[in-house]
Amino acid sequence: MSSGEKYVAAAYAVVFLAVLVWVVIIAAKLVRLERETADLAALARRTVPGRVGDDG
Amino acid sequence: MTALAVLTTALLTASVALIFFYAPVDADGLNQKIFYFHVPIALTSYACFGWGALKAFVHLWKRREGADLESYVAIHQGVIFGALTLLTGSIWAKVRWGHWWTWGDEQLVLFLVLFLFYCAYFMLRFSVEPGPRRARLSAVYALFGVALIPVSFLAIRLANDFIHPTVFTRHGAQMTHTMFAAFCVSWAALLALAHVMYRVELLGKRIDANLRDLRESLTAA
Repeated sequence: MSSGEKYVAAAYAVVFLAVLVWVVIIAAKLVRLERETADLAALARRTVPGRVGDDG
Repeated sequence: MTALAVLTTALLTASVALIFFYAPVDADGLNQKIFYFHVPIALTSYACFGWGALKAFVHLWKRREGADLESYVAIHQGVIFGALTLLTGSIWAKVRWGHWWTWGDEQLVLFLVLFLFYCAYFMLRFSVEPGPRRARLSAVYALFGVALIPVSFLAIRLANDFIHPTVFTRHGAQMTHTMFAAFCVSWAALLALAHVMYRVELLGKRIDANLRDLRESLTAA
């Protein structure tokens, strides 16, 4: 691979890597939101018995 | 949102195919291929900053709920794309000029100023307690920043001793039709990518806010 080719590959890799990092951050956020939603559902079941999860 | 994500993937794939298999290699050699991502990324960051400023204006003018958050997310995307512009630009500069950075080029320095200005936006925003005051201050700051965009864009055209290549002049795009087609598809792909990222981040922040409200309501009950 020539020097020019290496730099072109590096430039495109930087963009690809940035998108990948962004996807990882969003995935981590989704996991946190899922955990918080489960916590809140548990809290709601304790606070308002019989109101949450009645429909199945 | 799913359709938009699929469209973005298709556009990105098409743009990479056009760049490497359709657009010809010009006199500069293979390094010119960096142009097809570097310039659209820079233009996309301008678009994000502009969108952020528009939302900031809407917030100040109409006090529409959510406009402040939309402005913040757009500016966040602009900073991400701005960082990518600087990184890809540095790599291209190293190939073309032999330096990673040169302070003698107005376009580079002004883009760095614009980037740092919007980085400081986050420092301002998170140094103020959440609430109407923070939203107002952030909106005014975002509006000031947008004035730097035309300066940054026009600097290269106004400077007499520039070394930065100028592709878009008053006589049109200085490239062949095939190159221009690859460039347009690439820009459309990056705009679509920025839009998907904007929507996903905004959605995440809204869910976060709703969960916080719900937790407060349940704790108070």
